[in-house]
Formats: sequence, C-alpha cells, structure tokens
Amino acid sequence: MAYIDPHIHMVSRTTDDYQAMAEAGCVAITEPAFWAGFDRSSPGGFYDYFRQLTEVEPKRAARYGIAHHCWLCINPKEAEDPVFAREVIGLIPEFLDKPNVLGIGEIGLNKNSRNELTILEEQIELAKRHDRLILVHTPHLEDKLKGTRLTMDALANAGIDPGRVLIDHVEEHTVAEVLDRGYWAGMTLYPDSKCTPQRAVDIIECYGNERLWINSAGDWGPSDPLSVPKCHVEMRRRGHTQQLIEKISLENPLAFLSQSGRFALGN
Amino acid sequence: MAKQTCPLTSQQVVDLYFMEHRAKLLDIAAFLDRLERAGGGEGLQDIRVRALYKAIPLLTDAASLGQADRVKRVQELLSDQTTEPTPAAHTQSALGADPNGDY
Repeated sequence: MAYIDPHIHMVSRTTDDYQAMAEAGCVAITEPAFWAGFDRSSPGGFYDYFRQLTEVEPKRAARYGIAHHCWLCINPKEAEDPVFAREVIGLIPEFLDKPNVLGIGEIGLNKNSRNELTILEEQIELAKRHDRLILVHTPHLEDKLKGTRLTMDALANAGIDPGRVLIDHVEEHTVAEVLDRGYWAGMTLYPDSKCTPQRAVDIIECYGNERLWINSAGDWGPSDPLSVPKCHVEMRRRGHTQQLIEKISLENPLAFLSQSGRFALGN
Repeated sequence: MAKQTCPLTSQQVVDLYFMEHRAKLLDIAAFLDRLERAGGGEGLQDIRVRALYKAIPLLTDAASLGQADRVKRVQELLSDQTTEPTPAAHTQSALGADPNGDY
C-alpha cells in the first residue's frame, strides 16, 4: 500500500534505502533538519545542509518516485550557544520559499536548558512570522516528559494554533497530554529507544487514531527506514483493518502536511 | 479490568507474544547476572541500574493489576519530574534514568 514516512533523515541513508522504501510503497517523505552526530563548526555548515535538503535530496528521491519535502531549523543539540544559533536562524528565511520546504523543524529541547528554550521560542516566532507549520522534536529518555511540557507551554505562550504543530517522538507518558492539548502527535519507531512497532500499535489501540502518525526517523544511528511498513505488518497481525493502517500512514499525515499548501504525494 | 482495546483475545496475545517476551525476560536476568560477575562494584551502584531495580517491581505490583498502565508508570519513574528549565546543558546525551532521581 502507498504510505508516507513523515520523518526520516535521508541525508544519512543510502540510495538503496530509497529503492527499498519505494518498493515497500513509500510515496512521500518529509525530512526535518537535525543534528548530524557532530556539532558543525560554522553557520556555513548549516547553509550547505539546507542546500542539501532543498536541492539535492528532492532529486535523489524523485528517481524512485518519492516526493521529498523538508523542514528547516537549528536543532536543540546545537542551540546551547545562542549567538551561534541566531546566526543559523538568520540563514533560514533565504530558503523558506524553496518549493519543498514545509515549515520549521525539528525544533524543540534536548536537555531542557534555558538557552535551548530561548532558541526554541525564537524559532517558534520565526514560524509564526512566516505562517509556517511546526515540527517539534521532544527530548530523549528521562528528559522527554519535562521537555514535552515546556515545549507545549512555549507554543501556547506564543499563541500558536496547536492544529498546525506536530509533536514528535511521543511515548506512553506523553501522548495523552499532547493530544489533549490539541496538537498532532508522532510516534517514532526505533529498535532501542522511543517506540517499537508493537508499542506504537499499543498506543494507537489505547489513544485512538486521530491526529496521530508513525515515522521511522531513520538516520545515522540504530534505525530502520522500513520500520513504517513493518509496523503495518504488526497492525495486520493483530487484526486491525486496512482502513486503520491507511488512516495512520496516509490520511493523517496528508491532512496535517497539506496545511502547508506545499505538500504533494509522489508517483 | 482495563477496557478491551486490542482486537486479539488474551489467549491469542499469549500465543503470539509469549516466546518473544520470555526471551526478553531472560535477557534482563542475564544482564543483572553479568553485572554481578563483572569486576568492581561501581556498576551495581550506577543510577541506571538502581532505576532498573526500582522499575522491575512495577511490572507485578498490585497498583498495576487490571490498569494496563505499566509502561506509563515505568516511563514516569525513569523521567525527570522537575518543571523548571535547567540552567545550562552540560551534556548532549541522555542516560535513560533521571540522574537526580530517588532510586
């Protein structure tokens, strides 16, 4: 079946992965700007990265019939130095009108520090000023609960419509608050952290299928670019309907992302 | 009892998932044994190991029976429960348990 992987870092993946994803039914992806596994030494490193996201990856994906879209930002792991972060933020408007840019993301918090929060607030304002969607990264492991709450408070303080924000990497202890406050929620399927396909299906069973999606967040670490179709197998194994699978992996991402006015499915 | 939200019967859940989770249980047991067989005692006092020892009883304690909320309770136990931003980020990585937690 056709599906969307709404969060995957293809700059870290091989062309063989594009091939395998296309064969599994992937028709569109969105790629948030993220930490490369090391801190970049200058804003120029981000400039080149934004070119890669807006010029190179769309062409690589198109060869496999996959529509490529992206989100731009400075990620929270490189946001502890506000002077550096502001230089990177200053580069973003030049790229915002590129046709595959959906909005600002993945912004958020990592260690829930004051400087990270300041830069998060400034990027929320950037999205607001340009009327763009927001994709939120929530922190890892022990920092997730607190960081998710601080992020939702910052969005609310800025007067952002929660229906235009996707809060990603939700787990059992954060998903209810995210949905209750009106945000969209993303579940990331990782082998060792975040959600396994089994736990993601548990969450769908417990919290419903509205404003919820799954993604692989495939990157340079332990991750699987085919985890979304593997989660579909888990849903079928439990007797869930094809209609539910399509709701989670096609209709929901399509509904959220189409608010950008720039999202399209591939072949 | 928790409301039924999984389409399978409980017997089907056992039949489908028991072997996989038996193996995971043995992995945890083997990890704790390996810790005791390893050199030095520091690892046994590591905050992550103490957190694990505190989390394991949540799987079987009376408060979880019929509630289907074990994952949430474990996640909350392993989380930083404070509400104010930290003054500064001194590391980029996470431990898996709250470094200031009461474990």
